Amino acid sequence: MPEILGLNKKRCIVLLAIFLNFLAGCYPDPEVPTAVDLQKNPVHFPPPVYLFTENEPTQAGFELGRQLFYDPLLSRDGTVSCGSCHKQFAGFADLDHTVSHGIQDQLGTRNTPSLTNLRWDKSFFWDGGVTHLELVPLSPITNPIEMGESLSNVIRKLNRNPQYVTAFNKVFHQDSINSQQLFRAMAQFMGQFVSVSAPYDYYVQGKTDVLSTLQVQGLVVFQNKCATCHTPGLFTDLSFRNNGLDTDFKKDAGRQMITQEAADAGKFKVPSLRNVALSAPYMHDGRFRTLSQVLDHYRQGVKKSATLDPVLAKAQPGISLSEAEKQALLSFLEALTDKKFITDSRFTDPF
Amino acid sequence: MKSLFLKYTFVLFTVTTLFTACKKDPETEAITMGQVNLEFEHVVGNEELALNPQQYTNANGDQFQITTFKYYISNIVLIKADGSTYKQPDSYYLIDQEKPDSKLLTLNNVPSGEYTGLTFTVGVDSVRNVSGAQTGALDPAQGMFWSWNTGYIFLKLEGYSPQSEKGGLTFHIGGFKAPNNTIRTVSPDLNGNKMLVAAGKAPQVHLKVNVLEMFQSPRLIKFADLSTTMGGPASVTVADNYRDMFRVDHIHN
Repeated sequence: MPEILGLNKKRCIVLLAIFLNFLAGCYPDPEVPTAVDLQKNPVHFPPPVYLFTENEPTQAGFELGRQLFYDPLLSRDGTVSCGSCHKQFAGFADLDHTVSHGIQDQLGTRNTPSLTNLRWDKSFFWDGGVTHLELVPLSPITNPIEMGESLSNVIRKLNRNPQYVTAFNKVFHQDSINSQQLFRAMAQFMGQFVSVSAPYDYYVQGKTDVLSTLQVQGLVVFQNKCATCHTPGLFTDLSFRNNGLDTDFKKDAGRQMITQEAADAGKFKVPSLRNVALSAPYMHDGRFRTLSQVLDHYRQGVKKSATLDPVLAKAQPGISLSEAEKQALLSFLEALTDKKFITDSRFTDPF
Repeated sequence: MKSLFLKYTFVLFTVTTLFTACKKDPETEAITMGQVNLEFEHVVGNEELALNPQQYTNANGDQFQITTFKYYISNIVLIKADGSTYKQPDSYYLIDQEKPDSKLLTLNNVPSGEYTGLTFTVGVDSVRNVSGAQTGALDPAQGMFWSWNTGYIFLKLEGYSPQSEKGGLTFHIGGFKAPNNTIRTVSPDLNGNKMLVAAGKAPQVHLKVNVLEMFQSPRLIKFADLSTTMGGPASVTVADNYRDMFRVDHIHN
């Protein structure tokens, strides 16, 4: 330890001990986050948006968030949890279902988005209507088609459950459970969904042999033709764009429902492509079953409309891709599958 | 090289600072503080507001009943004649016709003096709209928060009208982003009266809140044309109308 203000090592330690003692006197015991893995910001990521400044993660808080994420108690009839639609093996998306399935087998209107790298996101859902990580669970909990419950009733149910009362008290040191505690515990859990261990990530860190020759070719195609919107390393630029799925937007106005601006008609959030090979089907309404169909859409299927994204609005709308380039791209997209993330035991169903 | 004296001064300073940080400030100024009470009385024209089934008539001649009437008041500021102000910290209240207690706000720790002005926001400032999960009056469990489009509902009026296309009235006014910002700050005139705040004194400001103002000026609202709004341009029209809904009736000193 270097000398601080002329004090030698021994005195520094004594001072430090006194200082820590006082801190301990002022604050409740700080828990050491062990399973809570606040990794250093990956070098190929932008700075995170949600910083945990008012919601310092702890092991107990993370575990509580995990319980809540997988507990159907959060739904009106006790049948649907967050984990029902957000399945870890599919990058926390919903494999095979075109649109979300809620209580009493009701169908939603949009495809379940994957939950990945949420701390770097500034808006959530396909239309970006929710702008804070802590408030993300409010929408599915209260949506009549999804979990169909009122927030106040969820809080009542949690307060009637002695195990939850104890668990919340351990994390938040308060007499009773309120919605802020619920949302913050869930943010402690979901905020740890960091996918940064795909072959692509090892490749950019210098382990060039993790990608096949075809995948490296695909990466070049990707950088030339896809990276404007699906910007690496999050593989989204977090913007809202109309990618030419339809000519009119009567069925779903997308971003326009939030901004009420005609210029936003038919625009949806550019999704991250992390774990994209696992999270079929694709697009906001799940209309494409395979990535091959998605690429064919960009090659031949892009439809013109007033709000079509400028990068796609050419004489022949879309992206020019040869068959060879398409195959290389399909191969490269597999390199975004993060096996460590989808099998991480910290994120599995605890029930 | 630094002397021993300097070293131990540093130690003493550190320890003293830490002790101070642990203690709460003594309430030395309590003697110069008073209270102000704000009472919100809801009326429809000259009548006391009563929820369903009481019938009312708006300026357009439409009949209606009200089942829900609640709104946020925030960022309360008291102003002295010299222009100096007292801003109440953490100032967020949800006033609900169904909850009589909610209609009387008590502002504690107001520095003593003669106050000649009053300002508050109808709704919730943009900062709190985007600050994540909140508690108390701002708890989303209060049912005044949009789950699908981040932000508080600033004012909720629900009811029925035979003139409404579907028979119902749903006025959920909110939105804090341009061009559909519905945050409105009002400064109701005290009519030359003052709030005299001193130790042991609690002036009571009696405000009359006239629901009819939501539908009559500056833009006349016909329920046949507008009976449902949840943010957006129509909500802006209603917010512009309810700006002048708050009138100071009298002050008890």
